[in-house]
Amino acid sequence: MLKHQPLIFEISRRGRKAYSLPECDVPVAKIEEILAERYLRSEAPDLPEVSELDAVRHFTQLSQRNHGVDSGFYPLGSCTMKYNPKVNEQVVRFDGFTKVHPYQSEETAQGAIKLMYDLGDMLSEIAGMDQFTLQPAAGAHGELTGLMIMKSYHINKGDVKRNTIVVPDSAHGTNPASAAVAGFDIVEVKSNDKGLVDLQALKEAMNDEVAGFMLTNPNTLGLFDENILEISKIVHEAGGLMYYDGANTNAIMGITRPGDMGFDVVHFNLHKTFSTPHGGGGPGAGPVGVKKHLAEFLPVPVVSKKEDGYFLDYNRPLSIGKVKEFYGNFGVCVRAYAYIMSMGPDGIKAVAENAVLNANYIASKLKDKYYLPVDRECMHECVFSGVWQKEKGVSTLDVAKRLLDFGYHPPTIYFPLIVSEAIMIEPTECETKETLDNFIQAMRQIADEVDNDPELVHSAPHTTIISRLDEALAARKPIVRYNKQV
Amino acid sequence: MNLLKELKYAESHEWVKVEGNKAYIGITDYAQGHLGEVVYVELPEVDATVEAGSQFVVLESVKAASDVYAPISGTVVEINENLIDNPGLINESPYESWFVVIEMTNPSEVDNLLSADDYEKLYA
Repeated sequence: MLKHQPLIFEISRRGRKAYSLPECDVPVAKIEEILAERYLRSEAPDLPEVSELDAVRHFTQLSQRNHGVDSGFYPLGSCTMKYNPKVNEQVVRFDGFTKVHPYQSEETAQGAIKLMYDLGDMLSEIAGMDQFTLQPAAGAHGELTGLMIMKSYHINKGDVKRNTIVVPDSAHGTNPASAAVAGFDIVEVKSNDKGLVDLQALKEAMNDEVAGFMLTNPNTLGLFDENILEISKIVHEAGGLMYYDGANTNAIMGITRPGDMGFDVVHFNLHKTFSTPHGGGGPGAGPVGVKKHLAEFLPVPVVSKKEDGYFLDYNRPLSIGKVKEFYGNFGVCVRAYAYIMSMGPDGIKAVAENAVLNANYIASKLKDKYYLPVDRECMHECVFSGVWQKEKGVSTLDVAKRLLDFGYHPPTIYFPLIVSEAIMIEPTECETKETLDNFIQAMRQIADEVDNDPELVHSAPHTTIISRLDEALAARKPIVRYNKQV
Repeated sequence: MNLLKELKYAESHEWVKVEGNKAYIGITDYAQGHLGEVVYVELPEVDATVEAGSQFVVLESVKAASDVYAPISGTVVEINENLIDNPGLINESPYESWFVVIEMTNPSEVDNLLSADDYEKLYA
């Protein structure tokens, strides 16, 4: 039973303790004698004082307020919130993985290095690339790494003018952001009325200053860009490189490969496609794969193999250097390895097929109630527009809040930006037809409520511990620490 | 659509109010409605030069971060610091919430902008 819970500061009582220590048997010194005055606080911190049981209840109840894939449907478009099989967790807890140390000598860590080598190999096969680095700690970090590799490639050829990265207007926000961090200027090209790259606009954006083009395919609308070979040709003929944002790989793995589409650089988000846990601030992994002509620029060390075993190759004079301490988030890579090995090639392909099937099922069952701006077969996600509801005074935000009353994490909303009142649903391959049907039923009921009782939707959620929060006030005047006076 | 006849408009949803060689620039009621509640504004610095069509202001709403494009070229002579402390003014009164005053370098650019009627035709 979840109920409103006071802050831990509010249940605090002065002097209440959760410990009882024996008398100190070492000499006691006053803090002023040990530390210089400038390091001392002028007043004691206002820390909560509670019993052990109250502390346990506080944190247990907070943890129960979480919504994760393990607790319910989580169709957050663009994020691929797929189930993380528990076998991954068992495997990563093997002693050989948990008790290995990054400073151990190579000969005593052959198993761990082999795993990294083999994972790189498998990712290369799935991506159609020649070599991978596992170092980047997240997707955006992978983008930065890939862009630095592209920059080094051009500079090494003496082609120093190429300072521009081209992105479509439907790109993930991280694409232009990573390019800016890597020191590039950004040029945006418009999508055509089908939500795909406008070839004419792309041609016009090409010149001898373009370092490359960043693209997700399927794109942010969940549509496969069938002009991809033509796109690659246009970019390559202008001397640019093709960068594949792997955020949407779940739709295509085992079916087609970025390398075959003409991409030169790829990053994968292991937490999306390969069933490793999504961050929540925790470790992630965004491995980067490249074609042969870019391999010499990969970060050091490159996990390599010779006759007598595996080793970490630091002798790479053209490398962009290190992008992460040690070898990346190893534990995340072990989970992805376990996933790929347990799925096998047929399983990997079935993932993509079912992810696409599920998204199309939802699209077809909801498109009479919600406007589907691009009504054609989608890939792993479908993007509705809440404009029919908006005309009746109910926004997409209201619909999303109302879904909370049904126990669902709402889909991604207001993204991609090129769709007004966007609702972006990605069910993933993991869900049963019954789960999808229940969600569809809830969405249809909400659409009916918008017609019959809009206020019910407008004032949602009604069944959560806390109702609608004032997001604008929270952003404009954030209170980030407890303050009795407030 | 809530538009003021005396203002000029850009397709990218900015309004321009011309006073002599100076121009006040803000965003339209239509634009603020689509953005949602604005929570952060990044303005250029006084004396900055802006070029028509280039991004010169960043707005962050509860939905998204958006670029605002300069409808005309010139030098920033004044910025509206009220907006930095109270970005909600853009939602409350978009036509009083000018971002900057620009000393125009090419006043004829104003002729390329839309009238209230033309803007309405595009987005109504």
